[in-house]
Amino acid sequence: MMKKFQLHPCGNYNESYNSELTIYSTDFGRIGVVVGILLLFLVPFLPISPYIIYVMNLTGIAAISVVGLNLLTGFTGQISLGHGAFFGVGAYAGAILATRLNLPIFITLPAAGLITAGVGMIFGVPSGRLKGLYLTIATLAGQFIIEYVLVHWEYMTKGTMGITLPMPKLGGFTLMGDVPFFYLIFPLLILMTWIAVNIIRTRFGRAWIAIRDNDRAAEGMGIPIFPYKVFAFAVSSFYAGFAGALWAYYMGSITTEPFNLSLSVEYLAMVIIGGMGSISGSIFGAVFITALNELLRLMTDTLMNSAIVTQLGLSLAPLREFFYGVAIVLFILFEPRGLAELWRIVRSNFRLWPFPY
Amino acid sequence: MDFFMQLLIGGLSVGFVYGLSAMGFVMIFKSSSVLNFAHGELLALGGYFFLIFITIVKLPVILAFIFTLLACFITGILIERVFLRSLIGEKLIFVIMLTVGLAAMFKGLLLLIFGGNLYTYPDFLPAAMGIQLGVVQVPPVYVATFGIGIFFLVLFGLFFKFSSQGIYMRSVADNQRASLSLGVNVRRVFALSWAIAALVAGMSGVVLGIINGVNVHDLSALGLKVFPVIILGGLDSIGGAIVGGLIIGILETFTGGYISPSLRDVIPYIILVFILLVKPYGLFGLKEIERV
Repeated sequence: MMKKFQLHPCGNYNESYNSELTIYSTDFGRIGVVVGILLLFLVPFLPISPYIIYVMNLTGIAAISVVGLNLLTGFTGQISLGHGAFFGVGAYAGAILATRLNLPIFITLPAAGLITAGVGMIFGVPSGRLKGLYLTIATLAGQFIIEYVLVHWEYMTKGTMGITLPMPKLGGFTLMGDVPFFYLIFPLLILMTWIAVNIIRTRFGRAWIAIRDNDRAAEGMGIPIFPYKVFAFAVSSFYAGFAGALWAYYMGSITTEPFNLSLSVEYLAMVIIGGMGSISGSIFGAVFITALNELLRLMTDTLMNSAIVTQLGLSLAPLREFFYGVAIVLFILFEPRGLAELWRIVRSNFRLWPFPY
Repeated sequence: MDFFMQLLIGGLSVGFVYGLSAMGFVMIFKSSSVLNFAHGELLALGGYFFLIFITIVKLPVILAFIFTLLACFITGILIERVFLRSLIGEKLIFVIMLTVGLAAMFKGLLLLIFGGNLYTYPDFLPAAMGIQLGVVQVPPVYVATFGIGIFFLVLFGLFFKFSSQGIYMRSVADNQRASLSLGVNVRRVFALSWAIAALVAGMSGVVLGIINGVNVHDLSALGLKVFPVIILGGLDSIGGAIVGGLIIGILETFTGGYISPSLRDVIPYIILVFILLVKPYGLFGLKEIERV
């Protein structure tokens, strides 16, 4: 029997808990996502410059990391200021496993994630026991300590020299260039997003949300808060490490520089701007910030050619930092639920058009 | 022994400045339980205000210092009015993230205006201010640091003890709801605590600028060092902030002097993680910590 497609709901007809838990309330959403993914995979066939593919790849990697951070910040209510460094731990773990032990990519990626989760727990465990913002402070400390270790543990990380990775092999293919990586990064992003969306629907996800909303009530209902908080932190670090290892493969060689505090702030900006507590928001945030980055780069590049700007010594980094700050501040003041909420508003306006409600 | 004394004196004075700047931080935390991640940028603002007043406007030193404090005070009020007031009653996570955003914004702005260069103030402290302590020569900068620091400590001590605004601030810190119902203007207290915090931070920025020169990156990194200091001293204790600052300062210079200069900047954070493990309420903080 043909299933009846449900496209436009009007009102809330949930009759069981299962129907409340469904990801797509209508078949329209499900079809939309499938079509969207198919269109995404057709993008490399379009006559566009490799630069666009490169930017998309970076966005995809950032999105994996941000989905993980959103599980921690958006769903469990804990801020981490160390995810830039955890991303770096993943990158180095992946690079070291790939160069020293010659492990294939499908082992190094999850292994790097697990190692990062372990490192993250060192900072998560002492603060997980305490209420309040101790985790934020501990992860800030973690950021600086990890940066120090990455630079000074030269036996493992080769310090400022950096590590050059071999080309990853998958099946019989050697992955090289932007387009093959596109077909590696985006399926992985979809996989990781799928996992995240489904963790939220399990008892782990519900426990996280309960802890975020009211930890005392959560404790009273029998949720052991400490293990769940640490687990959230571990999962979140796993995502960061996984993305970091992927980034290391894509870049081909890594140094210690990029994994600083401003990367951590950048990831937090993506979470806030995308929308805390929304998985799709994480992806919006990653797209928004990466696009903003490239736009600023373009702007400064064009301005660089005019004499006035070079005289002022305008450079990209402070401008970028400034705009992150402004974007975070504006979103918190005017739309704290981020782009995901804006998208929902726009969508519902379209759906109900021409009626106001 | 000579080297030891040198390090001790250096550590004490740097630690004193850490303690002072952490004091501003504790003030905001006490009155509104906001962790201010933009504290380093407030330090930098103070340093640059002083730089502008002394090199561009060419005011005499004392006047430049007073104007700097005034400018910082006003900046603090403006920050509270423009950015934080509309978030009163919102979830704390948004307020914290707002300060992270403010930090990035101010840092970017300062870098755009001044660039990443190191500026130094003209040498204005008389050499006669230096003190000979046994074999060690204490430079005038450190003497001035102690002087300014102790002056402000006493001033704030009296302010909190006797002035009506100071008593309001303590009452809000103690119990926001109760003081609200007793007619304390909590909004004004918030504004005032931000203003005073910015003032104290600006003052520390000037002192740090005299010691090391003014540089956006250095000062904003120094601002983050208030976290080890306050965790060590206890999040809500002003005296603890000073003691914590002194301990961190001494630890830093001794690590830099005896172990390795590169470890110097990381050791406070290692201490921080250790303290969180064994004594999370710090040396002097209230044991009001909830383990969840």
